[in-house]
Amino acid sequence: MSAPASLAAVNDFVVKFANVNGSGSASANELFAKSILRMGVPVSPRNIFPSNIQGLPTWYEVRVSEKGWLGRRGGVDLLVQMNPQTWAEDVVELAPGGYLFYDNSKPLPLSRFRPDVNILGMPLTEICNRTYSDPRQRQLFKNILYVGGLAWLLGMELPVLEKLIGEQYKSKEKLLAANIKALNLGYEWSRENLEPLGLQVRRADAVGDRIFMEGNTAAALGCVYGGASVCAWYPITPSSSLAEAFQTYCKKLRVEPETGRNRYAVIQAEDEIASIGVCLGAGWNGARAFTATSGPGVSLMTEFIGLAYFAEIPVTIIDVQRGGPSTGMPTRTQQADLLSCAYASHGDTKHVLLFPEDPTECFEFAATALDLADRLQTPIFVMTDLDIGMNQRLCAPMKWDDARELDRGKVMTAEELEAGRDFGRYLDVDGDGIPYRTYPGTHPTRGSFFTRGTTRDAYARYSEKGPDYVYNVQRLLRKFETAKSLVPAPVVQQSDEKTPYGVLYYGSTSPAMAEAVEELDAHGKPLDTMRLRAFPFPLGVREFVLSHEQVFVVEQNRDGQLRSMLINEFDLDPARVVAVLHYDGTPITARFIADAIASRMKPVRVMPLAGRAA
Amino acid sequence: MTYLAKPKLHHPSLTRNAVGYTRRDYEGKVSTLCAGCGHDSISAAIVQACWELDVEPHRVAKLSGIGCSSKTPDYFLGQSHGFNTVHGRMPSVLTGANLANRDLLYMGVSGDGDSASIGIGQLVHVIRRGVAMVYIVENNGVYGLTKGQFSATADAGSVSKKGIKNADEPINLAALALQLGATYVARGFSGDKQQLVPLIKGAIRHRGAAFIDVISPCVAFNNHAGSTKSYEYVREHNEVVNRLDVIPCKSEITVQYPEGSVVDVEQHDGSVLRLRKLAADYEPTDRIAALNHVLAHEARGEVATGLLFVDAGAGDLHEHLNTVATPFNRLGARELCPGSAILDRINASMR
Repeated sequence: MSAPASLAAVNDFVVKFANVNGSGSASANELFAKSILRMGVPVSPRNIFPSNIQGLPTWYEVRVSEKGWLGRRGGVDLLVQMNPQTWAEDVVELAPGGYLFYDNSKPLPLSRFRPDVNILGMPLTEICNRTYSDPRQRQLFKNILYVGGLAWLLGMELPVLEKLIGEQYKSKEKLLAANIKALNLGYEWSRENLEPLGLQVRRADAVGDRIFMEGNTAAALGCVYGGASVCAWYPITPSSSLAEAFQTYCKKLRVEPETGRNRYAVIQAEDEIASIGVCLGAGWNGARAFTATSGPGVSLMTEFIGLAYFAEIPVTIIDVQRGGPSTGMPTRTQQADLLSCAYASHGDTKHVLLFPEDPTECFEFAATALDLADRLQTPIFVMTDLDIGMNQRLCAPMKWDDARELDRGKVMTAEELEAGRDFGRYLDVDGDGIPYRTYPGTHPTRGSFFTRGTTRDAYARYSEKGPDYVYNVQRLLRKFETAKSLVPAPVVQQSDEKTPYGVLYYGSTSPAMAEAVEELDAHGKPLDTMRLRAFPFPLGVREFVLSHEQVFVVEQNRDGQLRSMLINEFDLDPARVVAVLHYDGTPITARFIADAIASRMKPVRVMPLAGRAA
Repeated sequence: MTYLAKPKLHHPSLTRNAVGYTRRDYEGKVSTLCAGCGHDSISAAIVQACWELDVEPHRVAKLSGIGCSSKTPDYFLGQSHGFNTVHGRMPSVLTGANLANRDLLYMGVSGDGDSASIGIGQLVHVIRRGVAMVYIVENNGVYGLTKGQFSATADAGSVSKKGIKNADEPINLAALALQLGATYVARGFSGDKQQLVPLIKGAIRHRGAAFIDVISPCVAFNNHAGSTKSYEYVREHNEVVNRLDVIPCKSEITVQYPEGSVVDVEQHDGSVLRLRKLAADYEPTDRIAALNHVLAHEARGEVATGLLFVDAGAGDLHEHLNTVATPFNRLGARELCPGSAILDRINASMR
């Protein structure tokens, strides 16, 4: 048998860690990724985890890309195989010439390996058993040990790793020393027994001032900065860490210095219905409130969402989307809640949706949503997903303008009421469809009204008269029109040369799309792109579609939900918009997009794909 | 019910309370409920209680769910903001409203369908959390607006107007509230306003979750022979455990009663709940004893009414969450937004 070929690449490869859930691998794997980042090389890690606390397989995939591609690439160049349960399926994924790193404390039959990949055995269990007596340490330090081993193999700088460990265990001397020791033990063993790989990390300067952050944390911080004082939520994957992060930040940033008392309230409610009910109550009474949830939670909230739409109460809902329908794939990613959110609840309803592409926009859009909710007096959805929410992503630093005020919208004050200003809760005074409201308790004799889900006239008096009803729902449509000019505008990128092809996309598809567009362009297939950042769609979206012969709509759901909304809202000819759909629960890849678009371009012709097979 | 509008002018000789309002100023729109409906008596009792306690009408927020009872907030306190939410979900909305502005008085009005069936989960949790509120269930054992179906508080064996016998066990809301930790639990009868007004006044003065189960007969669908929620049945089986007087401040206590016949409970604001005992062995500050008493009466087919339990030293949700004294809805960017310098530090920690 001849020796397998060896993949060779600098700062451009994919490492996949196969671990057992609950074995303590997460922090070691994160250490690995972050140390590459500290060497100035962009990485994009992704957790691929089960709905489980202990025992089931979990993976951590790290894409290293000096060019800065942050989407999932597909394929694996180096497999760190720490889980016998998934050995067979993981080994199949390895590229020919790739590397298989495993714990060779116990010999494995030759039949379990592939002849076309390079085998790297390190006796992790044996070293740990020799070095540590405590069973828990034997397990935990195995993880740090392999990070040490990989550092040698990939040419990573040991001091960078040591510094990161130092930061992590700043106040825990004992743990710090033990971790540094394990790291060095792994590094030394590897140096004495193995040759460096063809895959190498080399110090670069491609990270800049970017930050490395999870979308859920960023959105939580956006809610702090956006002035939310009430958060009501019910635990659900993948959104739970958002509400928890809000509480953590509030403990640090929202305590009244003189009294030590809190300028926030977090209610872990009994279910999602109560969560949004609490938010509605707070919003009605003039405090900013939000809830974080996922698809099943939105399903439960829909009756209240209809009330908030019809009675015009501000509320922000952050939907960290996961695979549906039903319980679906709770720990996998999708963009499949668009329709259920955009038209949530019975009767004629339409809601504002925002589509952040990364943690930076999660931060921005969470704060924007709180402003929009007050300005438009209606529910605002922030449609993030598991891929953005629960993975650390390299992104632009968060920014805040200290001159920015909270936009509380049209609230009539006691002084205005006292001065005799006419108050009709559902009266369109300014022609933008947005009426004035009053907070309860404002004035002794003026400005009170009865909020209800039943129909009413412009002065909030119960009415089932047709004209009163029509006035009201037409005004709501006008308000939705007004929203078009207030929501974040689409981001358009024209190709250098004129092209008949356009592509629409949104949310977590962004990084893969950027890479796919460059790849298609390199193969003589330039595309104009438009990244949608909100619903309702501004008119420019329709023009973009009509000014191209063929427009691809790339989404991570089965039914082409955004495409349906485009057709529905703009009365478009469905033939103009071609669905490109990825919905197996894994994040969409550039390879998939480029492939799918190339094969659907009119006139149809097969285009050779660059790079390795997915 | 009537279709005649109430005159807006008040008689100049009407008595004004300490904050300058007459009783009429606490009224709302004309009720659209059936003539003789128990709920209208409860609305009148709320009006009376608020007027007597000098509550400013606009400092009350009244919330309800869906159903006959939940319509009533339109019929009292016309100068207050009201919120008719969705079926069974008033408690969560009230919780959020209370968090947003701790300075208002929150009055939640609900029915037995709203609170014991579709919304029992929310009832349970709003009490557990100790939300400061007056929660009144107008309990008639029947769904009125949908014409006479049994509710979850209808007694097993009671017969509907259409002659159907109820086989399901009833939910005893007062006992449930006691078990869940409500810090003020009362039961009244809409046919006894003299008893009901002080019970509502005591609840208004209470800090914490105050719950009042008011048996309120439905004249249209549940006032017949065979019903255990009819005026006649409740009058015959009403076991009043005590009579309550709410005395705004301790120094005003003048009437003396024989020793052992009254219990005085001082509230957090200095007001006193004076309970004249009717059941000699009744101890309204002992939760377990109260629960036993209520359940023992229920087993005998009787309805124990009065102030069943009070814990005057109770805290509320704001205390549990250690929130600031300023209402949340008055906090601005200065108090809520940490600013760019801190954000820069957070950015730096993410590299």
